[in-house]
Amino acid sequence: MTPDASLREAYGKTLTELGRDNKDIVVLDADLCRSTMTQFFASEFPERAFDCGIAEQNMVSIAAGLAASGKIPFVSTFAVFAPGRCFDQIRMSIAQPRLNVKLVTTHSGITVGEDGVSHQSIEDIALACSLPGLTVIVPADAVETTQAIRVAAATHGPFYVRLCRPKLPLLYDEDYHFELGKAVVMRQGTQATIIAIGTRVAAALEAADNLKQEGIDCRVLNMPTLKPIDEAAIIQAAAETGAIVTAEEHLEHGGLGSIVARVLAKHHPVPVEFVAIKDTYAESGSPAELLQKYGLTADDIEQAVRSVLTRKNSA
Amino acid sequence: MTEISDPGIHTERVVEMKSPSVADMETIAKRVRRHIISMTGRAGSGHPGGSLSAVEVVTTLYFRVLRHDPRHLDWPDRDRFILSKGHAAPLLYAVLAECGYFPSEELASLRQINSRLQGHTDRTRTAGVEMSAGSLGQGLSFSIGVALAGRLNGKPYRVYTLLGDGECDEGQVWEAAMAAAHFKVDNLTAIVDRNDQQIDGWTRDVMDLEPFSSKWQAFGWHTIEVNGHDFTQLADAFDQARLIKGRPTVIIAHTVKGKGVSFMENNPHFHGIAPTAEEMELALKELA
Repeated sequence: MTPDASLREAYGKTLTELGRDNKDIVVLDADLCRSTMTQFFASEFPERAFDCGIAEQNMVSIAAGLAASGKIPFVSTFAVFAPGRCFDQIRMSIAQPRLNVKLVTTHSGITVGEDGVSHQSIEDIALACSLPGLTVIVPADAVETTQAIRVAAATHGPFYVRLCRPKLPLLYDEDYHFELGKAVVMRQGTQATIIAIGTRVAAALEAADNLKQEGIDCRVLNMPTLKPIDEAAIIQAAAETGAIVTAEEHLEHGGLGSIVARVLAKHHPVPVEFVAIKDTYAESGSPAELLQKYGLTADDIEQAVRSVLTRKNSA
Repeated sequence: MTEISDPGIHTERVVEMKSPSVADMETIAKRVRRHIISMTGRAGSGHPGGSLSAVEVVTTLYFRVLRHDPRHLDWPDRDRFILSKGHAAPLLYAVLAECGYFPSEELASLRQINSRLQGHTDRTRTAGVEMSAGSLGQGLSFSIGVALAGRLNGKPYRVYTLLGDGECDEGQVWEAAMAAAHFKVDNLTAIVDRNDQQIDGWTRDVMDLEPFSSKWQAFGWHTIEVNGHDFTQLADAFDQARLIKGRPTVIIAHTVKGKGVSFMENNPHFHGIAPTAEEMELALKELA
């Protein structure tokens, strides 16, 4: 098993490296720089780091003003506070004018754990993807995080990058090449395709391993860019495997599953099952307990594959 | 445009633009008021009241204070005017047209489909508009970002931000007020159009802002109060603000909503309702 690595730490270190080469990169935080790990940047470039205090709306609009004046602001807080707490500021100050602001949030989903509902962002993908012009990325490991941050810095326009709190298994070698807007085939397969994001990619691979022993051959796609979505990869998976399971640490409404279903409904309808949080809020608990209680484990993905195959085969 | 323009050239041009007398300014202000009435009247919607109240403030800025050049929209050293009360778009468009950012004839397209002149300001569409606004409370924060970038880039420009008094109900304004003082952005000057009215009535009845000036002082701002229709007082206030170091300045401009048209003055009806054809005719007669 590959060792676990922190996505947040990869973000903080990459940001600092970028800051050495590009003096236009500035960082804004809302009293959470030790958690989001922008502290590395702040300690090396204090004149380019702005702690805005616990005032996310103000922070986001300040970032817009910096971007309108040629800076490349990276704005960080917990995913539950942006876009949730400052949605209108992101909409009017950043997305509509397509300003070059990079929102990089951490502690997304329910694996934030014991802090409970107030800190568990399960709606942020729906909110972010609803905004015209915003590019939305959910990396699945530390290597992908590093590359996604580099791409975000180098690509003009507003980005939302969603990171998680726990360390995740390394899925990629250092020679991995992240491509904006492209799905990554993690494993080839013929009978069904699991499309996963973020923390659920490792779970999807585990599920595919277990299903293999039952004689079920699953393709696994990592879908790091949610917007713009890789329609071709989804259509190809549907055409070649005839059944899809999506897996995400987010509400079923408006997340990866909704996006995939929209693409399939339009271009290539096949049976789909959704591994996601059903229409409810979670609670305090350990990440493992929460993933189990709210139905997001490898086991749940396996069950969803069996269900979707039953539907496919009875069609 | 990314190159740094020759500041000498622009200084000359700016001096040329800065010469109008108070009498000249009054003439320009009257034309701006006529534009506001005609634009909103023709469009059949819009916000005449809060546009008319800030005519002297914005005219003073563009014709006496700002270093700007309608021929070089991206001049990196230009002073920035940020209209935070985005519903006063007719006022900004009228002044921009008077400065030559676009032809005055285009003002007739306000709020029409495919027009550059949106109901509320849109920086992606209109020459000279620095910020997309209309959702209140965001402009002061945005201006802090512009001011910080100026400091980081070693640029001499100044940032001027116009807020409505009703807008100051928004919590984000006070987040920004705190942050501007904390970051010591003395290249930022806020102006509050203190016309004492908002959509639902007098500000003291809807949400009392007083003691208003003391609030800004308590947040760490240098505070100046002026008659917002007096060109000399406004000019003096902007001169004073330029000299204040280490903290931002707010100019509380006491104004009359609907100023210049007898039946619109202090009448909250005209916050977001355009004059009818008859009212437009009457108003233009008064402003002849």
